[in-house]
Amino acid sequence: MRHRDLPGFILALAAAVVVLTALGMVFLYAPREATMGDVQRIFYFHVSSAWVGFFGFFVTFLAGILYLIRRERRWDILALSSVEVGLTFIAMAVLTGSLWARPVWGTYWTWEPRLTISAVQLLIYIAYGMLRRAVEGAERQARFAAVYGIVAFVTVPLSWFAIRWWRTIHPEILSGGGDMALTPKMVQTLLVSLAGFTLLYATLLRQRIRLERFSDALALLRRSET
Amino acid sequence: MEFLDKMWAIVVKDMATEWHTREMVSAMLVFAVLALLVFSFALDLRGAVARAAAPGVLWATVAFAGTLGLSRSLVREQQTGCIDGLLLAPMDRTTIFFGKALGNFFFMAIVEGVLLPLFAGLFNVPLLHPDVLLVTLLGTVGYAAVGTLLAAMAVNTRAREVLLPVLLLPLAFPVLIAAVQTTGTLVEGGTLAEAGGWVRLIIVYDLLIVAVATLTFGYVLEE
Repeated sequence: MRHRDLPGFILALAAAVVVLTALGMVFLYAPREATMGDVQRIFYFHVSSAWVGFFGFFVTFLAGILYLIRRERRWDILALSSVEVGLTFIAMAVLTGSLWARPVWGTYWTWEPRLTISAVQLLIYIAYGMLRRAVEGAERQARFAAVYGIVAFVTVPLSWFAIRWWRTIHPEILSGGGDMALTPKMVQTLLVSLAGFTLLYATLLRQRIRLERFSDALALLRRSET
Repeated sequence: MEFLDKMWAIVVKDMATEWHTREMVSAMLVFAVLALLVFSFALDLRGAVARAAAPGVLWATVAFAGTLGLSRSLVREQQTGCIDGLLLAPMDRTTIFFGKALGNFFFMAIVEGVLLPLFAGLFNVPLLHPDVLLVTLLGTVGYAAVGTLLAAMAVNTRAREVLLPVLLLPLAFPVLIAAVQTTGTLVEGGTLAEAGGWVRLIIVYDLLIVAVATLTFGYVLEE
C-alpha cells in the first residue's frame, strides 16, 4: 500500500480552495437577507451539510446493495466510511439548524419538517454504528450493516412525507423564515458552498477509506506474525 | 399451495410453543398494562386529556410491547436451536420470514385485542370501533415485518435485546406517525376517508417494508 496519496492531496487542496471561496462568498459576496439579517448566512453551510449528509447515506445504501451482490470488502468499507462522514455532516446540519432557529424563531428547536427529518436521520445512522459495533465477525458485520443501510434508506422518503404532513396538519408552526426569496448572488453562493462541501465529503471519504484499508493491512500483518 | 402450508406450519409451531409456556404474550400484556398505568400517572389521563392523548399513548404502548415480543420470538429460536432446524428444512428463507413475521403479527394482535377494550374502558375513549381495529392491524403489519427482520439481526449480536428498540424505532417512525394521526381522526369522530392520506401512507409503508424485508431476510439468516 502506498503511503503517499497524490490524488487524495489534490482532492484535499481542491476542497480547501472551494470551501474557503464559499466562506468568502458567504460573508462578502452574498447580500444581507432582508428579514433575517446576517444570521441567514448560516443557511449556505446548513443546506450544504444537510445535502452531503443525505448524499452520504445514499452512497451507503448503494454500497450495501453492491456488497450483498458482490461480497467484496471494498463495498463494505465504502458503506461504513460514508455513514461516518455523513453522520458528521448531518450532525452539523442539525446544529446549524438550531443555531439558525434561535434568532429567527426564538427557540433552539422547532419541529420544522426538514430539521426533524435530519434529526431522525442522525438517530438512524447512530443506530447503524451501534449495530456494527455489536456484531461479531467481519463478514456478518458487513452483511447486517448492508441490510440495515438498505432498509433504513427506504424508510427515508416515507419519514419525510409523514413528518411533513404531520406538521401541516398542526398549523401552529411558527411562521417566518420558512421560505425566502433567493437572489442570483445568493443562489451562486449556495452552489459554491454545495460544491465545496461535496468536495470536502469526497476528501474525508477518501481518507476514511484509506484508514480502513490500513487497519485491514495491519490486522493481516499481525495475523501472519503469530 | 406449498408456500402457504410451510409458512403456516411455522406460525402453528410458534403458537404451540407459546401455548405451552405463555411467557411471551403474558409478558407483553403485563408490560402493556403497566405502560398504560405509567402514562396515566404521567399525563393524568382524564376527560379531554385522555381523548387527546389516547392515540399517542396507545401506539407508544403497542410499539414498546411489540419490541418485547419481537426479540423474545427470535431469541427463543436461537436458544432452542430451532432456527437451525428451520434453516435445514427444505424451504425458502422467504417462507421463514413470512412465517415468523405472521406469528409476530398474531402475538401483537392478541395484545392489541386486550389493550383496546381495556383502554376504552379505563379512560372512556371510543376505541371500540371496527375502523380503529382495522387501522391498528394495518399499522401492526408494517411494524411486525420490519421488527422481525431487525430482531433476526439483533439476536445475532452481542447486545441482543438491547439493540432491537434502537434499530427498530427510528425506522418505524413513518408508520407510527401515520397510525397515531389516523387513530386520532377516528377518536375525534372522523371517518377513515377523512384520514385517507394517512391510511394510504400506512399501506405504502407496509408494502414497501414487506418487499424490502422479503428481499433482504435471506442475507440475514445466511450462515
